[in-house]
Amino acid sequence: MSIISAGTAVPQLKLGNEDGSDFTQEDLKGRTTVLVFYPFAFSPVCTDQLQVYEELLPELAQQNAVMYAVSTDASFSQIAFKEKLGVTIGQLSDFEPKGEASKALGAYFEPAGMTNRALIVVGPDGTVAWSHLASNPGELPGVDKVREGLAAVGA
Amino acid sequence: MPADDQSPAAGPHVAGPPDGPAVLLYGDATCPRCQQAVLRLRAAPVRLTWRHLVLRARGPRPRALAGALEAAGRQDAFWPVLDALVGDPGRTEDPDLWELARRLGLDVARFDRDRRDDAAADVIAADLAAGLGAGAVGTPAILVGDGAIEHGIPDAAWIDALLARA
Repeated sequence: MSIISAGTAVPQLKLGNEDGSDFTQEDLKGRTTVLVFYPFAFSPVCTDQLQVYEELLPELAQQNAVMYAVSTDASFSQIAFKEKLGVTIGQLSDFEPKGEASKALGAYFEPAGMTNRALIVVGPDGTVAWSHLASNPGELPGVDKVREGLAAVGA
Repeated sequence: MPADDQSPAAGPHVAGPPDGPAVLLYGDATCPRCQQAVLRLRAAPVRLTWRHLVLRARGPRPRALAGALEAAGRQDAFWPVLDALVGDPGRTEDPDLWELARRLGLDVARFDRDRRDDAAADVIAADLAAGLGAGAVGTPAILVGDGAIEHGIPDAAWIDALLARA
């Protein structure tokens, strides 16, 4: 499965916000969105990744950009994970139907039935500006990758 | 800055044989993996450089210990303090830091002032920016030469391979 490429409009999708409401492709419009796909809440590697990305949030805010973390965990697990990490990055759940949105975006790892390690930056018009799929779920993209993605918006 | 604060220089902090292979570690003294990494690298003939990777999400102690390390560095005691923190990670609260400073013969009042000052904050912020720029996505983040950044705990095989390449 290949990840959605730059220049493609984000297809119809539905994820779960932390409060149980729906997050759809329409919620991507009006500002830049960084979607961070991580395999599982409470896996040790993801723990570090989101704490590091938390440091980027002021930089994102300056660029009218927002970051969300996406996994196939249920919202309750994601919220507990977020609290444990001490991060404020919003969580989006791709729990039911499992991985459907991640599959639509090419960010699903079929062999393990989980979201892959991927980054997708969506411009304010709802079109993918940049995307990155790790060569394997254990490979963590650094903040340099996030910055690369942000730089692609409007480029 | 008063004249007596000018030596030794603020970080990054380097230890080990000058001719040993250079290892740069971005770390957080409260992180158990960093503690293990430091213990192993300090026991090996490598030229180890420490820089701080203090993440706000981890709460106040990583920042407090980084400040203490910077303050210790100004009294030429960066490595004795880091060795003590990683070797006895259950004693890292403020009273433990004061006791450690006393035991090492530091000026405790100065240590306590220095660890909270702007110069320490500037070093810690600059190290974080450098670490994130280098691709760190967790701690420890280790760089050897121009190689890719690594995030594991260096084991005996990793250190042997490093020494064999040197």
